[in-house]
Amino acid sequence: MLRLELLGISKQYPAVKANDNVSLRVAPGQIHAVLGENGAGKSTMMKMIYGAVKPDEGEIRWNGQAVQIASPAMARELGISMVYQHFSLFDTLTAAENVWLGLDKSLSLEAVTKRITEVAKVYGLDVDPLRPVHTLSVGERQRVEIVRALMTNPKLLILDEPTSVLTPQAVETLFVTLRQLASEGCSILYISHKLDEIRALCHHCTVLRGGKVTGEVDPTKETNASLSRLMIGAEPPELQHREARVGATVLEVRGLNLPKEDQFGMTLVDVGFEVRAGEIVGIAGVSGNGQQELMAAMSGEDTRAAPDAIRLFGQPIGRHSPRRRRKEGLHFVPEERLGRGAVPTLSLAMNTLLTRTEAVAAGGWIRVGEVQRLAEELIARYKVKAGGAGAAAKSLSGGNLQKFIVGREIDANPKLLIVSQPTWGVDVGAAAQIRAALLALRDAGCAVLVVSEELDELFEICDRLVVIAQGRVSPSIPTAQATIELIGEWMSGLWNKTAKPHQETDHVQA
Amino acid sequence: MFKLETRPQPSQLMSVASPVLALAITVVIGTVLFMLLGKDPVRGLQMFFWEPIKSGYAWSELAMKATPLLLIALGLSVCFRSNVWNIGAEGQFILGAIFASGVAMQAGPGTSRWIVVAILAAGVLGGMAWAAIVALLRDRANANEILVSLMLVYVADMVLSYLVYGPWKDPQGYNFPQTITFAAATKIPRLIDGFRANIGVLIGLAAVAGFWVLLFRTFAGFQLQVGGLAPAAARYAGFSSRRALWMSLLLSGGMAGLAGGLEAAGPLGQLTPNAPAGYGFAAIIVAYVGRLHPVGTVFSAVLLSMFYIGGELAQSRLGLPKSLTGVFQGLLLFTLLACDTLIHYRIRWAAARPAPARSPAPAAAVKEA
Repeated sequence: MLRLELLGISKQYPAVKANDNVSLRVAPGQIHAVLGENGAGKSTMMKMIYGAVKPDEGEIRWNGQAVQIASPAMARELGISMVYQHFSLFDTLTAAENVWLGLDKSLSLEAVTKRITEVAKVYGLDVDPLRPVHTLSVGERQRVEIVRALMTNPKLLILDEPTSVLTPQAVETLFVTLRQLASEGCSILYISHKLDEIRALCHHCTVLRGGKVTGEVDPTKETNASLSRLMIGAEPPELQHREARVGATVLEVRGLNLPKEDQFGMTLVDVGFEVRAGEIVGIAGVSGNGQQELMAAMSGEDTRAAPDAIRLFGQPIGRHSPRRRRKEGLHFVPEERLGRGAVPTLSLAMNTLLTRTEAVAAGGWIRVGEVQRLAEELIARYKVKAGGAGAAAKSLSGGNLQKFIVGREIDANPKLLIVSQPTWGVDVGAAAQIRAALLALRDAGCAVLVVSEELDELFEICDRLVVIAQGRVSPSIPTAQATIELIGEWMSGLWNKTAKPHQETDHVQA
Repeated sequence: MFKLETRPQPSQLMSVASPVLALAITVVIGTVLFMLLGKDPVRGLQMFFWEPIKSGYAWSELAMKATPLLLIALGLSVCFRSNVWNIGAEGQFILGAIFASGVAMQAGPGTSRWIVVAILAAGVLGGMAWAAIVALLRDRANANEILVSLMLVYVADMVLSYLVYGPWKDPQGYNFPQTITFAAATKIPRLIDGFRANIGVLIGLAAVAGFWVLLFRTFAGFQLQVGGLAPAAARYAGFSSRRALWMSLLLSGGMAGLAGGLEAAGPLGQLTPNAPAGYGFAAIIVAYVGRLHPVGTVFSAVLLSMFYIGGELAQSRLGLPKSLTGVFQGLLLFTLLACDTLIHYRIRWAAARPAPARSPAPAAAVKEA
């Protein structure tokens, strides 16, 4: 008998049919992958299983019986638990208090604390129940979430993109736990777009594309290419790699210290690295380790840094405003596209004015025709799918808006381009196009700095890598010499042991 | 139970039609109101919508009242667009009137007509100075500008009272709390003899053009709006939020002060404790009904001044309380907000779904297969 079965489920949202006659069959003890791009309908499907959204059509069967899951509380009573991609923990409470909040109050806090320790021990999840959540790393927080989900002895555990915040080593630990759970008969729904992980972990895989099921396969028998074809309908184009012709140092960061601005931020400690013309340097790291703080200091949104901690062509720019840095050749693409990289309600044409002021005449007069022309050029050159230069930024899909913003900055002929999470939430086709554009920029002699949480992406496009962990930055290593394992170790902050002395050692106290 | 659901694509047409729709609903509710008060609704509506426009004289009176509303609302539109919540235009209006009166009282029989320019400039300065207090406290002490600007209205009221009961009281005024009547030279020039409407109307229309250019054709106006629409994008672009704060407050304060100056040296001709007529607050409604757009503000300023005149007529001719003006203003704003909500959201009746009760026991929901 199947643990969970979805039959002909459909869900219509105002603008889009998120799920169109989809079916899903999960056996007991099965680790079942749900693979699809952003917007393929994975989240909607999970929300329906977890009772957060009601399907318009179709039937959900639980252990062979038709059920209507009216609420998450009811889902939990049936034995369904979910670990969300974005954690729902209160920062100021301890791990145990957070878990206790989610349970019915028949147990005392002491009993819950004891039970957490037991569950954590059984599944090898290292959790200290008495620590406040804000002192926990992201991996530890996820373990708290998983322990919370396991407290009720679920029969089905749903994990939504669980590895996006983990180091490669932490991913391995998670997989051990999940395999153990499955061997005890708990079914696992594993939502992801990472092909390697699915092939390594899952027994079965349902592929979604545009709200429809496009394949049901055994992932261990598939290749990344065949899974990718099912997921996007095509294989992503190969990137052209040319030999790097490295020039003079463009960006030099030395001894950058920056106290955190709020309680849950990250303090930057003695950060140092450099980027030269004609190369792409990648900053790897688990999110929340100081990337946002570092990017704000680079872009000029945060001007508290010591002036000479950041040098552009040898000139100290630590206190320069974003506009002044742009005049000096530094352009920046932020990770939030709507609301930071672009104003949602303004047209694409007006959005060019955020960073491009060629169309502003002396006296501050905006030459509307020129603004319009620039936007149209960007749309054409970077193949942005949009309803013209007058379309509001919020009307574009994430990938198309990102193409527009990246295009806007590249088109400004920067000497240094800094890009944060270039392909976050972007579909595979657009991601390949953006990466190709970054490589082309490198080949044209521009210095490029990329921050990403996707290691695959960094290995694909970067010439050198540094790792950020706990607000500190590792020495750099040529990508050719780096391995996923090594970078993963560094992502936990352990680079002093393995960093070779001949690399930039001036800030490594060996 | 019903809930609001975001519409995928809010209608462009409806967002322009919304004020018209709101007006229609206001009229309907007004009709019911008149009937409940035992008055002929046709006569009542006539007071509000026909009497104020039936003759040249009526139009002149309408323009008189619409001009200060228009001037203040133009400034407020810029403020609200840049996410600066100046609720205290009334106070800035009062200070504008005080400063302008201070200059006007210096005029004697031999003074040149050009003193009007100085009077209006003083009005602008007065309003700006009052708004600058708000900007300063927000900038230096991070004080909430909504509270500060609102509270300063009452301070401005006190300052006005102090002056007209104290140092500025007319010695020949039979101890009434009022200043001297300003010299003839200070009178704001009228457009046409016999009608009270003055060149303030022209200043207002020129300001409409000026604000349109500022908002939609200048980089400064663009920066202001980005600060309001997406503060993080303004930071990313490097637009100064402090500059936006000062600029929008000084602009709106200056406009309110200008309106105060025009009022003091125009229809009033002297300063009394009754100089503030609530224009500063009504202009908030004018700005919103006009969609924070300079051209839209013209129409809404005329509409709101019809309410002012209608309220007075309803009082004198139908014996209805004057507070009816406020009721109509409130109704209009309320229905407008309701219309706007329904443009962006639609109502879904959750009960219309064949779903089980809200939280049934799980066993009850498990049907036999």
